[in-house]
Amino acid sequence: MSDNAHQTDVIIVGAGPVGLFAVFELGLLGLKTHLVDILDRIGGQCAELYPEKPIYDIPGIPVCTGQELTDKLMEQIAPFDPQFHLSEMAEELTRLDNGHWRLKTDAGTVLEAPVLVIAAGGGSFVPKKPHLEGLDDYEGESVFYAVRQMERFRDKSVLVAGGGDSALDWFIALQPIARKIALVHHRDGFRAAPHSVEAMRAIVAEGKGELHIAQMKGLEGTAPHLTGVRLEGKETGAFVHECDMLLPFYGLTMKLGPVAEFGINLEQNLIPVDTAKFESNVPGIFAIGDINTYPGKLKLILSGFHEAALMSQAAFKIARPGERLRFQYTTSSSELQKKLGVR
Amino acid sequence: MKILVTDGHGVEHEIEATDGWTVMEMIRDAGLPIKAECGGSCVCATCHVIVEADWFAKLPEKTEEEVDMLDLALEVFDTSRLSCQIEFDPSLDGLKVTLAPDAIM
Ligand SMILES: Cc1cc2nc3c(=O)[nH]c(=O)nc-3n(C[C@H](O)[C@H](O)[C@H](O)COP(=O)(O)OP(=O)(O)OC[C@H]3O[C@@H](n4cnc5c(N)ncnc54)[C@H](O)[C@@H]3O)c2cc1C
Ligand code: FES
Repeated sequence: MSDNAHQTDVIIVGAGPVGLFAVFELGLLGLKTHLVDILDRIGGQCAELYPEKPIYDIPGIPVCTGQELTDKLMEQIAPFDPQFHLSEMAEELTRLDNGHWRLKTDAGTVLEAPVLVIAAGGGSFVPKKPHLEGLDDYEGESVFYAVRQMERFRDKSVLVAGGGDSALDWFIALQPIARKIALVHHRDGFRAAPHSVEAMRAIVAEGKGELHIAQMKGLEGTAPHLTGVRLEGKETGAFVHECDMLLPFYGLTMKLGPVAEFGINLEQNLIPVDTAKFESNVPGIFAIGDINTYPGKLKLILSGFHEAALMSQAAFKIARPGERLRFQYTTSSSELQKKLGVR
Repeated sequence: MKILVTDGHGVEHEIEATDGWTVMEMIRDAGLPIKAECGGSCVCATCHVIVEADWFAKLPEKTEEEVDMLDLALEVFDTSRLSCQIEFDPSLDGLKVTLAPDAIM
């Protein structure tokens, strides 16, 4: 045991639909869970990529949106009181002397449990990075993909890149703080909310901010200190926009990330598992949902739900060695109904 | 019927085309390393291709949804398209596209 570590039965990496349903199946067996997700919200792909699009193949639910499915799962697992660690990347895994897992996040949270479940889907959601030479060397000092502290941008010359809500929202929010603010987008059209587009255009019309219809071609400066960004527009041609901060907003992409360093066998960035327990090659580490692979695998939510149920049986044997597992239906078991808080 | 797809190394691949399939689906089915993270739902822009100019002119117009989603492409070219939004029909036999850097796995 370590100081300040959260002790639990099962650590789940990924709060997508499959990680969420695993909370339910594990909870029925009396196992407590902590979940880690790099996103600031729950729901994985359903919440991030298609909150408003319909899903038609969840058994028993003829149609629901990605967000509705997430909300329903949250309602279903509420009795088990899962603990969420959001906006945190599961980063470092070690095995303790007692055989338990110790997982550390990039925010310094430490979790310890006998079982680790990887429900990492297509990988962690990370910002898309523009293809600009040397970009990495400027990150953290001059280039940011999110605004954590607005004060960092005070009296700076800030260039925001992109045409969606995040780009426009930050252009508007940082305008009063920054010494100079500019927006660069490849076309004079924006997929952001109409009132944001109006607010942005007003700032530009009043001369309080610049709008460049151009694309980014390169960075100027001595890393990590940016002095400008090379832009190229159809009408303006190539020019250097002087600035000391760059905020690119091109949405998120899925990258396997630190899970690759956990010492688990991988096959083309997927975790091979057996189909009885959905355990990886490392005993005590399970993989369910889009992240795993086995003969016949289909990347469907319903497959992940099935995998979560079988995984839970095997996880129980590790978390509660020597205890007997009773197979029961939620319909008729008063014990399960008590756990669900319906009795 | 076929389409021609140039990969990240500049190598051209001739792919069997299927009527009614999208260009993204044909590229993925052929085993080329296209990300297509959202599986063709027009919400990710990681199926971005650059269409050869002559062919670009022959394609049906982009929908508003596709124009919006192309904003998430890291660099947009004059003939950029999202390959999951191009449905193949026999008039596109011989279509030539190049995988954009942000579409490559
Ligand atoms: C547009 C679209 C439409 C779809 N429609 C359907 C449909 O109709 N029916 C269907 O069955 N499926 C559909 N799918 C597929 C379905 O969404 C996925 O199968 C499902 O989301 C997989 O769930 P998951 O929990 O395994 O992973 P995900 O939903 O991918 O969630 C994984 C989570 O893990 C997090 N994560 C990963 N690594 C780390 C780390 N190291 N640290 C912290 N967090 C991490 C990620 O940030 C992510 O939030 C669709 C997918 C898309 C994109
Ligand atoms: S596959 Fe996502 S937009 Fe085409």
